[in-house]
This record gives sequence, C-alpha cells and structure tokens, in this order.
Amino acid sequence: MSTQVPEEQDQEQPESVEQEAETAVEEEPASHGDRRRAERDAKRQQSVSGAPAEIEGDTFQLKVFRYDPEVEGKMEPRFDDFAIPREKGMTVLDALIYARDRYDTTLTFRHSCRQAVCGSDALFINGRQRLGCQTQISDLEGPVRVEPLPHQDVVKDLVVDMEHFYDQMHAVEPFFQPEEESDGDLEEYRQTRENREKIKMSTRCIWCGACMSSCNVAAGDNQYLGPAAINKAYRFAMDKREGENMKEHRLNVMDQEHGVWRCQTQFSCTNVCPKDIPLTEHIQELKREAVKQNLKFW
Amino acid sequence: MHEHDVLVIGGGGAGLRAAIAAHEEGADVAIVTKLHPVRSHTGAAEGGINAALREGDDWELHAYDTMKGSDYLGDAPAIETLAQDSPEETIQLENWGMPFSREDDGRVSQRPFGGLSFARTTYAGAETGHHMLHTMYEQVVKRGIQVYDEWYVSNLAVTDHDDPADRECHGVVAYDIKTGAVEGFKARNGVILATGGTGQVYDHTTNAVANTGDGAAMAYRAGVPLEDMEFVQFHPTTLPSTGVLISEGVRGEGGILYNAEGERFMFEYGYANNAGELASRDVVSRAELTEVNEGRGVNDEYVYLDMRHLGEERITDRLENILHLARDFEGVDGLEEPMPVKPGQHYEMGGIETDENGETLIDGLYAAGECACVSVHGSNRLGGNALPELIVFGARAGRHAAGADLGEAEITKGKTPEIEQEDGLDTPVEPGAVGASDEDAVADGGAAVVEPDETVRTAVERERTRIEELMEKDDGIQHAELREDLQKSMTANVNVFRNEEGLKQALEDIREVREAYQDVYVNDPSRTFNTDLIHTIETRNLIDLAEAITLGALARDEFRGAHWRQAHQERKDDEWLKHTMLSWNDGSPELWYKPVILEGEAKTYEPKERSY
Repeated sequence: MSTQVPEEQDQEQPESVEQEAETAVEEEPASHGDRRRAERDAKRQQSVSGAPAEIEGDTFQLKVFRYDPEVEGKMEPRFDDFAIPREKGMTVLDALIYARDRYDTTLTFRHSCRQAVCGSDALFINGRQRLGCQTQISDLEGPVRVEPLPHQDVVKDLVVDMEHFYDQMHAVEPFFQPEEESDGDLEEYRQTRENREKIKMSTRCIWCGACMSSCNVAAGDNQYLGPAAINKAYRFAMDKREGENMKEHRLNVMDQEHGVWRCQTQFSCTNVCPKDIPLTEHIQELKREAVKQNLKFW
Repeated sequence: MHEHDVLVIGGGGAGLRAAIAAHEEGADVAIVTKLHPVRSHTGAAEGGINAALREGDDWELHAYDTMKGSDYLGDAPAIETLAQDSPEETIQLENWGMPFSREDDGRVSQRPFGGLSFARTTYAGAETGHHMLHTMYEQVVKRGIQVYDEWYVSNLAVTDHDDPADRECHGVVAYDIKTGAVEGFKARNGVILATGGTGQVYDHTTNAVANTGDGAAMAYRAGVPLEDMEFVQFHPTTLPSTGVLISEGVRGEGGILYNAEGERFMFEYGYANNAGELASRDVVSRAELTEVNEGRGVNDEYVYLDMRHLGEERITDRLENILHLARDFEGVDGLEEPMPVKPGQHYEMGGIETDENGETLIDGLYAAGECACVSVHGSNRLGGNALPELIVFGARAGRHAAGADLGEAEITKGKTPEIEQEDGLDTPVEPGAVGASDEDAVADGGAAVVEPDETVRTAVERERTRIEELMEKDDGIQHAELREDLQKSMTANVNVFRNEEGLKQALEDIREVREAYQDVYVNDPSRTFNTDLIHTIETRNLIDLAEAITLGALARDEFRGAHWRQAHQERKDDEWLKHTMLSWNDGSPELWYKPVILEGEAKTYEPKERSY
C-alpha cells in the first residue's frame, strides 16, 4: 500500500480514556498501581489532538503515520499528532519513544541500538529517508512528520515489510568466496592496506533500506537489485582476495537486465545513506568494470 | 510445530557462530531471533578481538592477563580455553572475509587495550563488532541456515522433574511478531541460548533496547542457576546524553582523560600510576566518578576524553566511527574538542551457568555469549575479550549441541558437595515471586511429562494462556512505567559505587515493581507487530535479573573487580574466592556459592594484588 495519505485527520480523544481519567481524579489514589494510573491518564489527556498548551515549556508537534490492518478505527491510514517537550540533544527516535511510552503504547516502530548501527529505524522523516536515532530534532523544521519508508509495504504504523530488501541482498551471493582454501594453521589471506581502503566504505552498510526506498528506479522495477545489494556485490568484487575468476563471475551477476544498468545516476541513494557510503559511485564503477570485461572478448 | 536438530535462540555473534558450527557438524540448525540477525547488538561492539597471534605473545600470557583482569574470579579451564581457541577463531573470521585493519605486510593489525601485557587486540577500525556480525551472517546465508527473524522466544519447553538437574529441554515457545501466532519449536538435539546482555536493567547503558536478558531469565526460571550476576561492567567512556559507547580503542591509541581543571587525573590523583588511562575498566570508571564526586567533574556529571593530539590522519584511519558517534549523538567534533564521557552500564559478567562446552544444568540446554557465564570474565572483563568469547564459546556450544565430542568438561554445573549455602542474608523484603508461585516457568506444577512433543505442546499452551491473559486485561499498569521505575532504582542504587543501604533500597523497589507487575496489561489489542506485548514480557525478565544482580551484590561484602562496596573496600580472598549462584526455587531465589577454579593446565593462578 502507499504511504501517502490523502487527507490528514485529527483524532478525537477516545471516550473511554476521558472516562477513566475522571474516575481516577475522583478517587484517592492509594496503591502504586492507582497512583501510576492516575499519572498516566493525566499525561494522556495532555497528548494528541491540539492540547499541547497543557504542557509547560517548549514543545513541538510530532505527526506520525498510523495504520493497523486489524484494529477497528486504525485500518484507514491517518496521522496522529503528539505534543513533545523539546529537550537538548533529542532525536526523532527519542520523540517517538516519548510519544509511545507517555501517550500511546500502541504506537509501533522498530528500533534497537540507538546508535546508527542496527539499521532498524530507517524512516521517512520530513520527506526524506533517515535513521530516527541519528536525526536531531533541532535540525528539523516543525511539525516533525514521520512516515514509514516509501515503496515498501506497511505492516503497521511505521513498520514496513523488509523481506524484499533481504531477498535482494541475498541475491548477490553476499559472502566471501576466495579463490583457494586458506592454508589453515593460522594463515591469513593477506590484504594490502590500499585494498582494504578500497572496500572500506562499502563494508559499512547496515542494511537499513533507506537507499532502496529513495530510489526511483527500484520503485518502478521490483526486480532491480538496488543500491544496497549492488554495494554488497562491490564489496566482494573489489576485494582482491577473491581472485580474478570470482570477480568475473560477480561482474556477470551485475551485468544483467536488472543489475547495474538500471541505475540512472540520480544519486538519491547516496544522498540518504546514513553511513555516507558513495553508493552511486560504486554502481558506476561496476558499470565501468563490466564494460571493460566485455571488451576483453573483442 | 517446527522441528530442527539444533535451535539457536538469538542471532548475534554467539548465535551465528553456534549455528555455523552446528551446521558444520551436519546438524539441521535454525536460528530464532526477535530481531533480524544483522540488527543484533554485537554490531555495536567497537574495539576488537583479543587473540595471541604474534611472536612474543602466547595464549598463556593472554590467559594470565584475563585471570588478573577478572580479579581472580574467573575459572582457569574457561579462561585457558578462551585464550587457546581465540587465535584460530579470529583467523577463521579473516578467512571468511572479515575486513580487518591491516599491517604493512598485509596481516591483521593489533593494538593495545586496557589490562593487556601485549598489544593483542585485532580490530576492524572502530567497528569490529559490525564487521564480525555481518561476516558471520554472510556465512549463515552461504550455508542456507534457516533464520526465523522477528520471532520472539518467550519460554523454554523443559520437562517437569522436581530436581532441575533431572530436567530436559526439548525446545522453545516463540511468538511470531509479524502475525501474533504462538508456536512450538522442537529441538531434537539441543537449544542454545545466545540472547545477549541485560543492559536494559539500567537507564544509562551502551546496550540496545533489545538487550533485556530474555535467555538468562528464561533459563533461571526453568531451574538453571545464574552465576556472578552482581558483576556488572560499567564502561568508563560513554556519551553522557545517550549512553553511546566511545571505544576503549581511543585510549588504546593514546587518548587522554582530563577533569574539569584540565588535570590528567589518572596520574595526578594516583588512580593508576603505571597504566594511566589504560588501566582496566573498573579502575577507570571509579576514578571518573571520584573526580565528579569531589567536584572536579565537568558540569558535575562527566569528564573529558581527548584524542585531538593523535592527529586527523590516525583518527580517521583507526577511529573514524568515533568521530561520527561524537558528532551525531553529542554534537561534538572530536578533531576540534575533547569528548564528554562518563561511565555507563556496558556488560553483564555473570549469566547462565555453563561449562566450557556450553552445557547448562538442564540436559539439552546450552548457552553462549553474554547471556552465559562460563566464567571467563570473573568480576571484571578486559576490553577485547567479549568478541573472542562469542566465537570461542559459540562455536563450542554449537558443536557440542550437534553431537560432537568435546571431551569431559572440567567446570562442574549445579550443586556439588563443596557448595556453601548462604543463610541469614538480611534482606529488607522477602524477594521472589508475588502471589502465584511461578505461573510461567514450564518446569513447575503438574505431572512430570517426559515425551518431547508433549513437553513442547504443554509449553505452548501455557504461553498462549499467559499471552491471552495479558491481552484480555483492559486496564492496569503498563510496562513502560514499571521499566522506568526499575531502571531508575538500579542506576541510583546498584551502580559503580555500592552500599548496603542503597542495595536494600533497590530490593524494596524491585519488590514494589514486581507486585505492580501483577497488574500489568497490554494496551494494544492488535496481533500484528505488537511491541507493547513484547516489551511487557521483556519487563518481567528485567525484574528477575535486577533482583539477581542486587541480591548477589548485597551478599558479597567485599570489593572485587567491578563490585565495590563502601564499607568493604578490600578484596577478601579468604572468604570470597567463590562464585555467587542463584537458583529459582518455586518462585523464590536461593543463594549459594561454588568455589573458583584457579588450577590451570600447567600452573595454578595465585591471587595477587591487582595494580595497573
């Protein structure tokens, strides 16, 4: 499904929540549980739908895409607004966690490492693919609008189906295939510093999928291997330890209808890569290598 | 019901290595992970892999450094196995294509690390873990090993024998995060827990949000003892606002720590007159906090780590990732300014009791990696020893579970005649479960079941009931509030500096959270990607582990490694050369001790004063 929503709707506060809150105020909170519940309901009332004034200090508006295929009232995609207190150093991920833990525990998104290495929180933030954990709120203009990665099926809220991305990564034989077996006995395949430097940037990929999502060509051609998978192939094709025969094999894999030639050098993958990998350059270099290889037969 | 020879729970470094090893032994192996393997927290490891590879170094030196670093609480057979197997395992990674940093001659580079007598830390920039994780995942893809990603294992399928030593593990119960289905996974040969660390017990940690100690908590409730949980490593250099790790590699390359007055305090105040910034992690963490407590911290919170003098070229070559982390997460340019750092929770030295073959007390149940305690790290882990642990003991657990004969283990499991029972520990509240004695450990209640399929089916039914109850309840308390209370108390009371009053306060707080957890409910009614439910189940695990950490810390009235007690500032070898063991008996933790093994292959390690 598309992540574009025709119309934004402000959500009405669910009735049940209001009722709960009233009850909690009437009763004298006694136990730990009651106390926490009262606090939670008070917070929840401050949330969402144009009630930010109740929070003191500087807040910003977080607009989040919502969708759940099986819950009444969430099957129709919409945006929810959350009022988030601005804090120094706050990232988009921090804001999402705040919204989830304080306002709405059903808000769903992937995240884990919080340090730009697990690659699970690539999102469409203010119209651009970025990692939530790596994006400072202070670098964005409000309202901060968070959507799932475009061009991938939405599973729920901000979670997209990554299967196709993984399939493309797996399609390029993403594993080291050296020419000869190692001698064993603690023997390394020696590699020059220059060769390591050559492949270094390509090995930084964290499989976040931002590049695939940003690529117009991938959006139109489901079979296109895409920037991440081609970069993975580059990482091995340029590793001299694999040897010439293997390089030829890898270039053949790239030199296919849905391989490197589909790339139209738009640089959108390179622009959004959170690890600064020069993806377009790598794709171009493989194109050149593929041409050179074909010329050999002449 | 899914069925495989070997099930590996967790797709990080230890899990992937175990799966590859089991596959090489010919087993049909599957990995079940709540993330996708490449999202695992091993990817965040920065520093490197200790391996005695070069002339002038050998495994015995590595073993000696590790034993000294452990403050003589590691077991010699485990430490020696680590040091002996690490070189081969490290080169194995290189042979699988891992992009290590290189010397001029094309061999892998090594650098100095804290507490090491030789520069034996092999590395790949400051992102060694990322490369290790991806390299091993590539090998998993190459071998066609089945991966069930985004499946959350929420319980073990263990038989019901009264004595945990008689129990058998036949599989696990897992929840398909994408669809909400609860299904059984049967393991013909064995289940390997490789579920990683417990950092989410604290609120300032280098650990991922996923590090909730699920495997350790599940094994504990099924009857496997937890070992040495009080030894929590606090890493001295984490960014103050987020807990993001700044690698020890910075100090390894020559980075300097300064206090607010610009003094190089490691020397100035005599914390480590020889090793300075490269003293072991516990020493540096205490030094930093002492500086802050004595008013010499920056903003009363942190100190400075300076690498500017190393020069742009060297920094970019070896520590480039650090520049990105400092910029993205603290807004500091490491080339122009010193980086603010403070200690943060980093690593759990304790864990599921295993022997050097990865076996636990329960037949068919193995553990490896950070969730396990072999024990190689004792009371303090040296930098660069976590990654070799993953590959060495991951591989051994994988091989053994697949049926290979690794020989008789020297480390014993469970209670032996030498054990010592703790009695009379003065706790402010009765710890353990509240209300129902043990509603969700499989090994409890009902008639003894031994038939494997039936064991798995029973476990699945119990788990379905538990999940339904959590989902059907429509009011109560939510996990986020409980988790926050727990984390705050642990950070305030069971941190680098510890005292009796604080530890007792933590136990009271944990008890309060445990009681409140009875009232927990899941707000999200959806079966699709219900993270509310997953976090709720995880929170229960955190409560059990926080209690294990705190009980062990309260009982151990000495200062050893990472465990410092205000009123007991010396190591008490006469009394405390022993491992803290906790068993979960019908919902109440039982504390006992087993002796440390200091007798190695060629020599016995004599405890000495640890100075750097």
